[in-house]
Amino acid sequence: MTTYDARFRIWRGDAEGGELRDFTVEVNDGEVVLDIVHRLQATQAQDLAVRWNCKAGKCGSCSAEVNGRPRLLCMTRMSTFGSGETITVTPLRAFPVIRDLVTDVSFNYAKAREVPAFVPPEGVAPGAYRMRQVDVERSQEFRKCIECFLCQDTCHVVRDHEENKPAFAGPRFLMRVAELDMHPLDAAAEAGLDRGRAAQEEHGLGLCNITKCCTEVCPEGIKITDNALIPLKERAVDRKYDPLVWLGNKIGRRSGTP
Amino acid sequence: MTQVERQQWDVVVVGAGGAGLRAAIEARERGARTAVICKSLFGKAHTVMAEGGIAASMGNVNEGDNWQVHFRDTMRGGKFLNQWRMAELHAKEAPDRVWELETWGALFDRTPDGRISQRNFGGHEYPRLAHVGDRTGLELIRTLQQKIVQLQQADFDEFGDYEARLKVFQECTVTRVLQDGGPAGGGRVAGTFCYERESGRFFVLEAPAVVLATGGIGKSFKTTSNSWEYTGDGHALALLAGAPLLNMEFVQFHPTGMVWPPSVKGILVTESVRGDGGVLRNSDGKRFMFDYVPDVFKEKYAESEAEGDRWYDDPDHNRRPPELLPRDEVARAINSEVKAGRGSPHGGVFLDVSTRMPAERIRRRLPSMYHQFKELADVDITAEPMEVGPTCHYVMGGIAVDSDTAATVGVPGLFAAGEVAGGMHGSNRLGGNSLSDLLVFGRRAGLHAAGYAREHASSPAGRPAASQARIDEAAAEALAPFHAAEGAENPYTLHQELQSTMNDLVGIIRRAGEMAQALERLADLRVRASRAGVEGHRQFNPGWHLALDLRNMLLVSECVARAALERTESRGGHTREDCPGMDRAWRPVNLLCRPVDPAPADPAADRIALVRARTDPIRPDLLALFEKEELVKYLAEEELYE
Ligand SMILES: Cc1cc2nc3c(=O)[nH]c(=O)nc-3n(C[C@H](O)[C@H](O)[C@H](O)COP(=O)(O)OP(=O)(O)OC[C@H]3O[C@@H](n4cnc5c(N)ncnc54)[C@H](O)[C@@H]3O)c2cc1C
Ligand code: SF4
Ligand code: SF4
Ligand code: FES
Repeated sequence: MTTYDARFRIWRGDAEGGELRDFTVEVNDGEVVLDIVHRLQATQAQDLAVRWNCKAGKCGSCSAEVNGRPRLLCMTRMSTFGSGETITVTPLRAFPVIRDLVTDVSFNYAKAREVPAFVPPEGVAPGAYRMRQVDVERSQEFRKCIECFLCQDTCHVVRDHEENKPAFAGPRFLMRVAELDMHPLDAAAEAGLDRGRAAQEEHGLGLCNITKCCTEVCPEGIKITDNALIPLKERAVDRKYDPLVWLGNKIGRRSGTP
Repeated sequence: MTQVERQQWDVVVVGAGGAGLRAAIEARERGARTAVICKSLFGKAHTVMAEGGIAASMGNVNEGDNWQVHFRDTMRGGKFLNQWRMAELHAKEAPDRVWELETWGALFDRTPDGRISQRNFGGHEYPRLAHVGDRTGLELIRTLQQKIVQLQQADFDEFGDYEARLKVFQECTVTRVLQDGGPAGGGRVAGTFCYERESGRFFVLEAPAVVLATGGIGKSFKTTSNSWEYTGDGHALALLAGAPLLNMEFVQFHPTGMVWPPSVKGILVTESVRGDGGVLRNSDGKRFMFDYVPDVFKEKYAESEAEGDRWYDDPDHNRRPPELLPRDEVARAINSEVKAGRGSPHGGVFLDVSTRMPAERIRRRLPSMYHQFKELADVDITAEPMEVGPTCHYVMGGIAVDSDTAATVGVPGLFAAGEVAGGMHGSNRLGGNSLSDLLVFGRRAGLHAAGYAREHASSPAGRPAASQARIDEAAAEALAPFHAAEGAENPYTLHQELQSTMNDLVGIIRRAGEMAQALERLADLRVRASRAGVEGHRQFNPGWHLALDLRNMLLVSECVARAALERTESRGGHTREDCPGMDRAWRPVNLLCRPVDPAPADPAADRIALVRARTDPIRPDLLALFEKEELVKYLAEEELYE
């Protein structure tokens, strides 16, 4: 097993302000950045604040920026850096700092609440849902989302534009709208809810100019822009001009299920 | 006197995993104003990590399945120590709980005819696990989270306030259940004492009913698949309130955790790898599981590789491969192979899917495993075998509860559901039976907690109230680590020593001498933990939080060690080298851990007293589901005559 000392610069501070602090810390084979942060807690900085849970890329808690790039600390292997390189770890830039590497992500929970929930189809009893695998796969891709909010952090619409936040749900929650819209049995339309139009008018879909930065940082490899945002934009346009087309799409999809 | 904010709720649910969220949904739908409190962000609870699936006898893939078969499998898996009424309710209600998720928007993988697909898993006779690739827990938690949001949206429409009747306090921790009794504890539940991570601020949630849904205890062991949250908080909160824990000696070591590199040691490799065709081999390339089929399972497992392989396509005429034995059997077998010198380079054995199915299929069926090995170990599982070994995974023991209502024993108003509750899984849990357990008993806990709260809100005795004195005590206890004197102990060091102690001395294979030694070390650690000190201030301070968690881990570890030493047999998740056989005389024996009352002032003194209790006799119609010959292998002599 090889061991070496790495140089780290970690942002420490709180809402009032803070600074990058230098640390020298031992690194062993196979370790990830989160292991190093834990070693610092145990040996040099007991109260260094960081979020984490699963340490396996499944929960989306340990989001931060490593050398300026939004990443999961538990999935960023030390072997991707040179042993002489100084590694800088900072909190997510788009959200207010609470302490050290922990930010206030309540923006995301507020946006989640603004997306109307799944509307169950009337008259279909629990247990009687029938959907084909090919029809659920599109929404399933989006449901792989671990809510790490890296895409929300990186999207330039809000990254340095606090003023856009009220009007923009961000890629994660625009994708949620797309997910529900593509759900084979969602009955929003029947309930008088046009998800595509809502995306445009209420969740700020129009602000997205399909730069694909969100897709690039997604640790789950979800094609947010290509598979969720662009189709949602197309559909929103369709519907704006011709509600019948949209209704037809919806009914067509439904009768296609076995 | 501590000035703390007090809020009034009807039901407080501690924990936002599958059990807690399902309980909260039910309580709220029954009209109770419900608060949920959890240590992490909403949607990050441990349930999110569950991979393989959720067990329910929907019979979508094999029509032969029904609740009776599921019940039988569960009892066999638990070696008949299961609280049988729980196993019965679980088997009967699981399908409804899964179907209900679909009406809340869940998207499970489908069968060709459009139903929910079900996969094979160890110990389950038929393909039974509803799943979404290998990220089933994520689907479960997200669905419940989104259902909660939907209820909040309804409240917003009605009251203009999302949180009028259902609120999630995220990144907050409960350190005490408050009661209306005197200083010695006891009495009816009156609420919870909590702190907020972000600010370190204390607050009290007053409520007549509290549901504990805090999950497991794995963080007391060094090699574990569990996250930092698993410090046994609910177990400890119940004990401190006076409620006993049941059969804490039963800890499940999952047979397949990652073993290399060291920093990922213990991370889970889902059982679906084997359910979908993966095989275990030793360094000689031999499928060694064929040598480890115990007598009680001899008739049910394949005798040759050829038969085992045929079973995947023709389960009606072949028996399943022994790789799919219950987890305790597989974990022990791997342990023996490694001990005998036939292990893999890093001290595990080989788990191989690469020679068993095409790469494309592996990536589709096991996407997160593919990802996990590629990213964390540089191993391409479509081209080479994985190295795996046992990892501490789940605790079968837990808070003793009433099967039907999830009410704890002896503390009115306190309920428990999910991994923190005991009984359901007996001595060993089958894969997939936890997620279903969360939903079945989470719902029941929410239902009965809401009913209890309703009665007590209008009872003549009034709402139970916690005295200021109890609140002051709780605050003083939580602040103690900031007042540690010179020579304070580092909580991280104490935690590491605790983990080594439990791993090495009360781990997968146990011996009386070592467990006695563990109890001594635990006493020593308790003394040192009473001097644990922390740096910094109260705001988001992980060192402080760990210092508080130590109390819980030490209490729970004492329960595990004490009960394990007492049970002089091997059964399910409890394996003793010095008592290797399963002893039928132990079948009807429950071991209850009770707090020593009053709590001793000396930290070195024992905190836990053991009590033996007899299990309820199994109902005759349930016994009749088994062959006589099989019952003879399990039941105690006197039970057979009854
Ligand atoms: C890697 C992995 C894979 C698994 N795969 C499967 C599977 O495929 N199928 C299956 O059936 N089971 C599986 N299991 C087991 C199953 O996931 C767990 O048993 C189950 O999720 C536990 O759920 P829970 O609701 O009881 O608790 P959790 O989901 O762990 O939630 C506990 C909650 O309690 C909160 N909490 C804890 N202490 C406190 C406190 N003091 N104050 C406030 N809040 C607190 C936590 O923050 C959390 O919100 C797996 C487990 C692991 C580790
Ligand atoms: S594609 Fe749209 S949502 Fe994604 S980062 Fe670019 S602007 Fe933001
Ligand atoms: S879409 Fe991807 S990047 Fe965005 S929150 Fe989900 S997992 Fe994270
Ligand atoms: S800790 Fe869960 S994603 Fe990193």
